[in-house]
Amino acid sequence: MLKQRKDFLGLYDVPGEDIMEILQTARSMKDIFTRSIKKVPTLRGKTVVNLFFEPSTRTKSSFDLAAKRLSADVMSISKSSSSVVKGETLLDTARTMEVMGADIVVVRHSHPGAARYLASNLKAAVLNAGDGAHAHPTQGLLDIYTIWEKLGELQGKKILIVGDIAHSRVARSNIWGLLNLGAEVRVCGPSTLLPRQIEKTGVKTYTRIDEALEDVDAVNILRIQLERQESGLFPSLREYRFLFGINEVRQLRLKDEALVMHPGPMNRGVEIESSVADGERAVITEQVTNGVAIRMALLYLLAGKEVQHENLA
Amino acid sequence: MRILLKNCQPVDPGNELPERADLLLEEGSISQVNKTKDQPDNTDCIEVIDLKGAFLLPGLIDMHAHFREPGYEEKETIRTGSEAAAAGGFTTVAVMPNTRPVADNPATIELIKARAAEVPIDITPLGSITKGSAGSELAEIGFLSQAGVRGLTDDGQPVMNSEVMRRAMEYASDFGLPIISHCEDLKLAAEGVMHEGYYSSILGLKPIPAAAEEIMIARDIALAELTGARLHIAHLSTSRGLEMVLQARAKGIKVTAEVTPHHLTLTDKAVLGYDTATKVNPPLRSQQDLEALQQALNKDEIDVIATDHAPHTVEEKMGTFDSAAFGISGLETALAVLHQKLILTDKLNWEKLVQLMHYNPAEILGLETRGLEAGARADLTVFAPDKNWQVDTGKFKSLGRHSPYNGWDLTGKVLLTIKDGRIIYDDRGDQAEILY
Repeated sequence: MLKQRKDFLGLYDVPGEDIMEILQTARSMKDIFTRSIKKVPTLRGKTVVNLFFEPSTRTKSSFDLAAKRLSADVMSISKSSSSVVKGETLLDTARTMEVMGADIVVVRHSHPGAARYLASNLKAAVLNAGDGAHAHPTQGLLDIYTIWEKLGELQGKKILIVGDIAHSRVARSNIWGLLNLGAEVRVCGPSTLLPRQIEKTGVKTYTRIDEALEDVDAVNILRIQLERQESGLFPSLREYRFLFGINEVRQLRLKDEALVMHPGPMNRGVEIESSVADGERAVITEQVTNGVAIRMALLYLLAGKEVQHENLA
Repeated sequence: MRILLKNCQPVDPGNELPERADLLLEEGSISQVNKTKDQPDNTDCIEVIDLKGAFLLPGLIDMHAHFREPGYEEKETIRTGSEAAAAGGFTTVAVMPNTRPVADNPATIELIKARAAEVPIDITPLGSITKGSAGSELAEIGFLSQAGVRGLTDDGQPVMNSEVMRRAMEYASDFGLPIISHCEDLKLAAEGVMHEGYYSSILGLKPIPAAAEEIMIARDIALAELTGARLHIAHLSTSRGLEMVLQARAKGIKVTAEVTPHHLTLTDKAVLGYDTATKVNPPLRSQQDLEALQQALNKDEIDVIATDHAPHTVEEKMGTFDSAAFGISGLETALAVLHQKLILTDKLNWEKLVQLMHYNPAEILGLETRGLEAGARADLTVFAPDKNWQVDTGKFKSLGRHSPYNGWDLTGKVLLTIKDGRIIYDDRGDQAEILY
């Protein structure tokens, strides 16, 4: 099924078995990391273009590294260095890259649906690296991979996402991916940061963190942005920290094996206390490492039917 | 010039009519309405047209369309908009004043009227409520009235200042003009792009709550009660908004309301896929809102169906959902879509449709009606209920090529549009024609 997809835009319509295939592939990719030569020829002769219309450090470098470890040729375009500043449209910029021979276009844009818009207008494969508040499937997958690697099968696991759910593509991708794998998903934040009718997806909503933390297997803590406070969605970072911040006391409520996660970048001392971020339960740095493996897996799966699995060996 | 329209099903709640009728048109008017006879007659007619049982309606009136001229001729002109109207079966269109300059002065109204004299349909320009539709100072409503304006609106830019709206209602009443209100609390709408609900939540698009519309409907009803003014709610789209209008009317407040074909036939679910043709303001609402509006039609609780035809350039509607302009090019699909989705499903009948798209808008704007009776001016719409076609925005007469109905297979199409006894739109041949 996965190999028949031209594009990879979100986790909404990806069934559990396909997600598992991606995770398995990512595990093979991760094996490469421990070798002395961290590179395989799988995508030699393929061209990957990273089109980043929003600032990004970790996602962009992660895609960059993933493509290079698979021996693809990589070009990275950011908004400030592209013709977008001269008024060129998103589609024209992408088409320019396509006719230069891009096989896979990785796109990050602030508008929801931007990746889908390119996908329906390009012959090249489109990989969504984050479109507004809509989806960030590789982040969702790397979070899920991290849980799977540490705790095993996702079915029945209770996963809590805390913070600004309304404006978060990371939350949405985690929600769909986890639900499709049969996990129980909880979201927690002030009502101003919970999108309307999100419970129709199948998630449980909480506005009190202590209740939400009860019996969870992992808690994924989202970055809280100062601009949300400025636009009146909550009174102060101080109060947010008091009501929703994950600190040592709250951490004590967690089960022994429960994980603390953060997709980054962190505001230490706001949504997560430093001692928790650097504590024993935290798998935040593993998430970053796993991100490269997940992106390698997706690039490999999208690069086309003719790429053989044997190349991995 | 004499034309005989034979064998049609006339629809006119204002007149007693035979089931099958022949109408003779002479000198721009209807001269005879007779029961269809079998024998041939009137060989002295220029044209004898067998309508084969097609529906014949008084020419449709759209009281809410944007023709963009002057100032935005790249989106639409009075000529292209009029051609789109004729193709959609409309013989009279009220055009919105959000042009450049805004139609807040008699000179702009005169310019629109001069352009309108060159097109085959009637155009009635609406004036703005405030200068530049900026919402702060009243436009010269007296002069606008003298120039022939029949309604006032700052459509697209709601009058946010309640004091200004109050004074506008009082002042407009002196001239007998209705205030047509675009109800939207801009702060609450917060630059949203679609209806707030499950679909906005999963699409990650900025939401517009229904309350942004309802709060302003409530305010305007309160002001209409305070001032005694005539209030017309433009593009009503929510069930609570409808309830408030009904309550107000029951209290004797002079309030009327219009609904668009798209709010009667599509919901926010249509936005899945991010098709920019579904981006419109007010946004496509929930299933529950749609059902409430559909039911209200049958109970005569809604006064008017108006298109809110809002053309834009191709460039303004391409790109991402966030970057696209709001608006649907609606004139050329309105009647066929209403036929398919409401009439064929028994949610609306032809008599009510004529009330909603001819008599009621005429009454609100103080326009002459065109009943199907001897002596009336012959503004007529002929609709062939069995004609199958596919919506292709590439073939639109309008410069606005964006429609959520693009690609839909529809049954039933406008066959002829007749203005003052003359055929101005003819789709009997291979190619639909506009006739000047």
